[in-house]
Amino acid sequence: MDDIIVKSITRIIIPFVQLYGIFIILHGHVSPGGGFSGGALFGTSLILYTLIFGVDKAQKKFSHRVSEIAESGGILIYLSIGVIGIFTAGYFLSNKAAGFPLGEAGSLLSGGMIPLLMIGVGIKVASTMVTLFHTLIMEERL
Amino acid sequence: MRKWALRILFFMLFMLMSYSVLQMPGDIGLDSPAYNEATHHYIEESLGETGAINIIASILTDYRAFDTLGETIVLFTSIIAVISILRPSAKPEEEEAPTDG
Amino acid sequence: MIEFLQMLYDYVNYLGAVALFIIGLHTVVTHSNLIKRIMGINIMGTAVFYFFIAIGNVTGGLPPILTDTPGEYINPLPSVLILTGIVVVVSITVYSLSLVIRIYETYGTIDQDEIAKINERENADD
Repeated sequence: MDDIIVKSITRIIIPFVQLYGIFIILHGHVSPGGGFSGGALFGTSLILYTLIFGVDKAQKKFSHRVSEIAESGGILIYLSIGVIGIFTAGYFLSNKAAGFPLGEAGSLLSGGMIPLLMIGVGIKVASTMVTLFHTLIMEERL
Repeated sequence: MRKWALRILFFMLFMLMSYSVLQMPGDIGLDSPAYNEATHHYIEESLGETGAINIIASILTDYRAFDTLGETIVLFTSIIAVISILRPSAKPEEEEAPTDG
Repeated sequence: MIEFLQMLYDYVNYLGAVALFIIGLHTVVTHSNLIKRIMGINIMGTAVFYFFIAIGNVTGGLPPILTDTPGEYINPLPSVLILTGIVVVVSITVYSLSLVIRIYETYGTIDQDEIAKINERENADD
């Protein structure tokens, strides 16, 4: 899209959208939101970038290599946090029994493994949104 | 003719589903059968058991963490399915081209 | 009459979910355009989510985030289950859209009736 107004506004807006997405992911256990909604927000900002600046520039920002790492990394974060529970408590994905500090209720550092799992889910959802959009839009060239 | 038959059929389906929905307990709040002892446990005990004040987050990633793990695997599978459908189109044409020429 | 209207008002969320489901089913059955059918499946999925959330609702209840405010919390369990459902509907939508892309490349159309005609013609030629 070759429109100077749209391009300038998009450049200004995208950092705020991404910051808000990260805020939603990190505050998933103390306020409405969480990994899914925050990841969708973050992915939407990259989809906006693709729509405005074209898929070639977007591929430089979010290449296949990054997408592979993010896809597998999201699940691996989730699984490795779950495996910690096997060694410390004997159960997969156990929170309090595995010895995660629960912290003070309502503060950012609370909830044991919940924020960590939310980060994994957020990475996974964000990269899934972008990868699916890129795959569908790049289909003509594959 | 066929259009009107379909419309009447769908209207009858709507009436049938509305009738069955009207047999449910309505918005009666705490007396609803869905508001059972599991919900009471989540609301009363989740802060002590997980430390998160957002009950939805504590159910999503603690009580039902396997559910969320399955969810991420569903997303992963959908990506693999989409790529496996859209990717291999170029390869057979490239392989056919030399044999034709 | 007043009682009947009062009952409809009390069940308006459930009836809305049923109406949305029927609209989606009607779209899936009557349209031959594949994109419109995928839209119909999405509308049906939304109707199911709406129904679930309506079951968990408590009139005047608080959102399920623990605060000092006195009052009853709504049922958090349907909201959690719906998160799973949203992910499944997104996956189904993307998968069917990619299938539609392949169908368009093969047949040159996304209308199911025309695809059936092309298939019949090819079978007749064989």
